[in-house]
Amino acid sequence: MITIDKLGFSYGTNQVLKNITTTFEEGRIYGLLGENGVGKTTLLTLLCGLKAPKEGTILTDGEKPFDRTPSLLEKQYYLPDDVSPLGWKAKDFAKMNGVFRENYDHERFLAIMDEFETNPEQKMNQMSSGQLKKTYISFALASGCKYLFMDEPTNGLDIPSKTQFRGAVMKHTSEDTTIIISTHQVRDLENLIDPIIILDKQDVLLNATIEEITRKLYFDYGNELNPESLFSEQLPGGFLQVRPNREGLESKVNVEALFNTVHKHKEYIRGLFAK
Amino acid sequence: MDFNSNKAIYLQICDAICEKVLSGEFKPEDRIPSVREYGASIGVNPNTVMRTYEKLTSEGIIYNKRGIGYFISGNAREIIMENERKEFLEVELPAIIKKMELLGIDPKEIAERNNWII
Repeated sequence: MITIDKLGFSYGTNQVLKNITTTFEEGRIYGLLGENGVGKTTLLTLLCGLKAPKEGTILTDGEKPFDRTPSLLEKQYYLPDDVSPLGWKAKDFAKMNGVFRENYDHERFLAIMDEFETNPEQKMNQMSSGQLKKTYISFALASGCKYLFMDEPTNGLDIPSKTQFRGAVMKHTSEDTTIIISTHQVRDLENLIDPIIILDKQDVLLNATIEEITRKLYFDYGNELNPESLFSEQLPGGFLQVRPNREGLESKVNVEALFNTVHKHKEYIRGLFAK
Repeated sequence: MDFNSNKAIYLQICDAICEKVLSGEFKPEDRIPSVREYGASIGVNPNTVMRTYEKLTSEGIIYNKRGIGYFISGNAREIIMENERKEFLEVELPAIIKKMELLGIDPKEIAERNNWII
């Protein structure tokens, strides 16, 4: 489990994260959403120990990531948005880095590369950006790490690879793997991510499971606007609107509409989801 | 798997499993995929599939053998048929009747078109 308490970070005088308090529970696939520049990547780099908190603390299984203890480093992996095109064959890159992860499984790496139809014999600096990304994703999933932090993993993937990515994330991780995926491509990952975290400038607006969200909000596709509607969007066949779920109805979360609703009614949403 | 736009995903997965029982693809006492296997095959979060399995278990359509997995109940088919009959009579049929009234369609016309002998 990861516990974040009153976390703050700034680049010089530019404060990015301020007073962030939240937790990441084991075995979940978190979707980390937020507008450009709110600090999603900064948060991921703080979680994996590449940066030191300026204020507050992060504890991952009781350890501070920035202490970079071998015991913590070997159980976490950070996949940045921009990955390096190294001059190695993919399989050699994986093998060499796998040494540092106790649970790394090379056969699994090759199997995932095969699912992604990417050649492990190819040199990484001769790959397309999508193939390179898939090599790193394959390594991340084969690493056997308990914590996976992925920054925009579906960027650069072609359409079939996005489907394969969703399946691979579940097929090749276990019940106690905690995954945090930052993304703008919510349609790629809509059914994969649960809980959903919405980060705002210096605040966490929402950290809730899909079940909690649908219990409190109703996503209504219809022709008539409800006076209680918090957010509505015109669709070809009517409206998509989000309103408080007073009747205990079941509906399907539309993550884009959720994001817009949360941004439009920050205080109301905070109150609605306060425990 | 394609999902439609307004029904909760876990309920759509329920429908898909019930459909497989009715078509005979899943037979009584068959073991169904684990939560993670099923999630991986359709690209859906395991929490969502877990909610599906909990709902199907509470309805008696599947049952859990601790440590082994989930299985289709012996009377799954009867339960699903009963649920669907209820759904048809209480939800779908009233909607059809309402639409028939709106369009001024006489029930006799329906019977004639379909060669029903009433």
